[in-house]
Amino acid sequence: MSKLASRLLGLGVSALAVAGLAGAALAADPIKIGSVLSATGPAAFLGDPEKRTLEMYVERINSAGGVLGRPLELVLYDDGGDANKARTFATRLIEDDEVVAMVGGTTTGTTMAMMPVFEDASVPFISLAGAVEIIEPVREYVFKTPHTDRMACEKIFADIKARGFTKVGLISGTDGFGKSMRAQCMAVVGNFGIEIVADESYGPTDSDMTPQLTKVKNAAGVQTVVNPGFGQGPAIVTRNYAQLGIGLPLYQSHGVASKSFIDLAGPAAEGVRLPSPALAVAEKLPDTDQQKPVVVEYKKLYEEKTGQPVSTFGGYAYDGLHLLVAAIQKANSTEPDAIRDALEATAGFVGTSGVFTMSPTDHLGLKVDSFRMLEIKDGDWTLVETGG
Amino acid sequence: MAEFLQFAFSGLTVGAVYALVALGFTLIYNASDVVNFAQGDFVMIGGMSTVFLYATGVPLPLAAIIAILTAVIVGLLLHRLAIEPARGASPVTLIIITIGASMFIRGVAQIVFDKQFHQLPAFSGDRPIEILGATLLPQSLWVLGGGLAVFVALWLFLERTLIGKAVLATAANRLGARLVGINTAVILAIAFGVSASIGALAGVLATPITLTRFDLGTIMTLKGFAAAMLGGMGSPLGAVVGGLLLGLIEAFGAGYISSVYKDGFSFIAILVVLFVMPRGLFGGRSVERV
Repeated sequence: MSKLASRLLGLGVSALAVAGLAGAALAADPIKIGSVLSATGPAAFLGDPEKRTLEMYVERINSAGGVLGRPLELVLYDDGGDANKARTFATRLIEDDEVVAMVGGTTTGTTMAMMPVFEDASVPFISLAGAVEIIEPVREYVFKTPHTDRMACEKIFADIKARGFTKVGLISGTDGFGKSMRAQCMAVVGNFGIEIVADESYGPTDSDMTPQLTKVKNAAGVQTVVNPGFGQGPAIVTRNYAQLGIGLPLYQSHGVASKSFIDLAGPAAEGVRLPSPALAVAEKLPDTDQQKPVVVEYKKLYEEKTGQPVSTFGGYAYDGLHLLVAAIQKANSTEPDAIRDALEATAGFVGTSGVFTMSPTDHLGLKVDSFRMLEIKDGDWTLVETGG
Repeated sequence: MAEFLQFAFSGLTVGAVYALVALGFTLIYNASDVVNFAQGDFVMIGGMSTVFLYATGVPLPLAAIIAILTAVIVGLLLHRLAIEPARGASPVTLIIITIGASMFIRGVAQIVFDKQFHQLPAFSGDRPIEILGATLLPQSLWVLGGGLAVFVALWLFLERTLIGKAVLATAANRLGARLVGINTAVILAIAFGVSASIGALAGVLATPITLTRFDLGTIMTLKGFAAAMLGGMGSPLGAVVGGLLLGLIEAFGAGYISSVYKDGFSFIAILVVLFVMPRGLFGGRSVERV
């Protein structure tokens, strides 16, 4: 093991910040944690903050003495958003690097491609991707940290119902995220006594959605509009929405719960509501909120270190890494099976996305109420008190 | 009626962006038969450079001019470092070189700029102009006007100036052009520089509408190429008509038929046109080489 580790170090494969290590920790064998992220390519805006978060916190954990008296070693690969590459790297993590667990998988596509590799090797895999398919049906070794798109739909529909609306127009992106969330919204909408009166879509690289929005606007009885989507699409939808003067309440998804959405959509974003993890409103949370210390600290550290505004996507990586570290400590072992059992027994872990309590039937461990409903006012997020 | 007008406005806005990108293809194609697949990346460079300069406090018009000059330098470097060393190679080889250059530019842009989407404020405000119940953004008029201006300038350049005629002569017969004293290497360099400036201008004008990111070039190249093919590669008029037509087909397809198959309609339209008129709507002018 130590021979392998020194060889890898010699090859420069290690992403460890050796400089920050305490001398005592150096003597011990490192605990190898794998990660495959889409740090470049079309999903780079997700993968990049995830990568920075993992690197930053592995360094911090090591300078504080590591885990079980041993330093962490992060073996990180960039799949560029390509599911085929992700799978190759996953195999490499298992066979060459012999990691004890993996935190990564930026997109649902790369996660689904890598899942079988970790299932076969019986190594825990904490995914950072959104879709509900990752944890349904439950796979023994696969966990995830972000809320599912179904929970986002439920949160939105509960808020719509609380405002007394029943007729919803849907305009969704045809990217993986938009498609999956649209399907989940369709599946749960009946539970809220809400009817979909318009169902339009747009391509992920489209630059004008006014034709689709005109149709939504002209749909009979439409009272509010929901836009499941990702990337720049929702910003353009929001701008076109204002251009057409539709004037009905507009809901976006947690996929755009970052400051850059407000910047991109500009004044058109006023009044838009969306479900989001608590991180987006870190300072605005009431002091009694148990998530507040966690999200405020992460936000502060991330922004100091990187000079960029914090995003909820990096928060998913924070949660994944810390869930794993907590599980290793609890198991008092680095055996993959012991880590898996400890992960599944996670209870009351306070992360950036919510309070995680996992079980053999729930490998996410978040409830719908860990989502906060936000509204954009004066170019900033505000918490909406009412709703589900 | 309001609905029809709204679809038409949407189509014209998007189409004008396509037209501007398509116009960028014409010069290099005319000078060398090369379809420059890095053309969309000039659009990205124009948009991204303006965004980053503007963010540091440079006034918007100055930022736009510096951005366009940056793109011109990149265009000239592309010619000097990638195209010129391979002179004498077939157009297909050169086209493949431009694809590689496009990947390279995208990679560098990820590092020089960042990986996020960015926007620019609209030049004349965001208040939509209302016409018979439909709305049009003032920025759309900027893009349409820009497309028209570039079209006229390009036409005048090709038909009325000596350098423009030299470009056309080089396209018609490179050996012949050289024999009458035209420095074809310089002509090609000029074509790359001017094409880059057209692309960058498109980026500056379109960014308030389309937003921009390091990988915007891919989709811009694709749509601009489709527009240029539809109108007839090499013809400035074809580029404008092809771009607007493509935008209108997309908007009306999405509005009246189904938004799911929006891109399908435009590609079907292009296929039909190319079956009937293999050189595109206005491509008859292109010269056959022996």
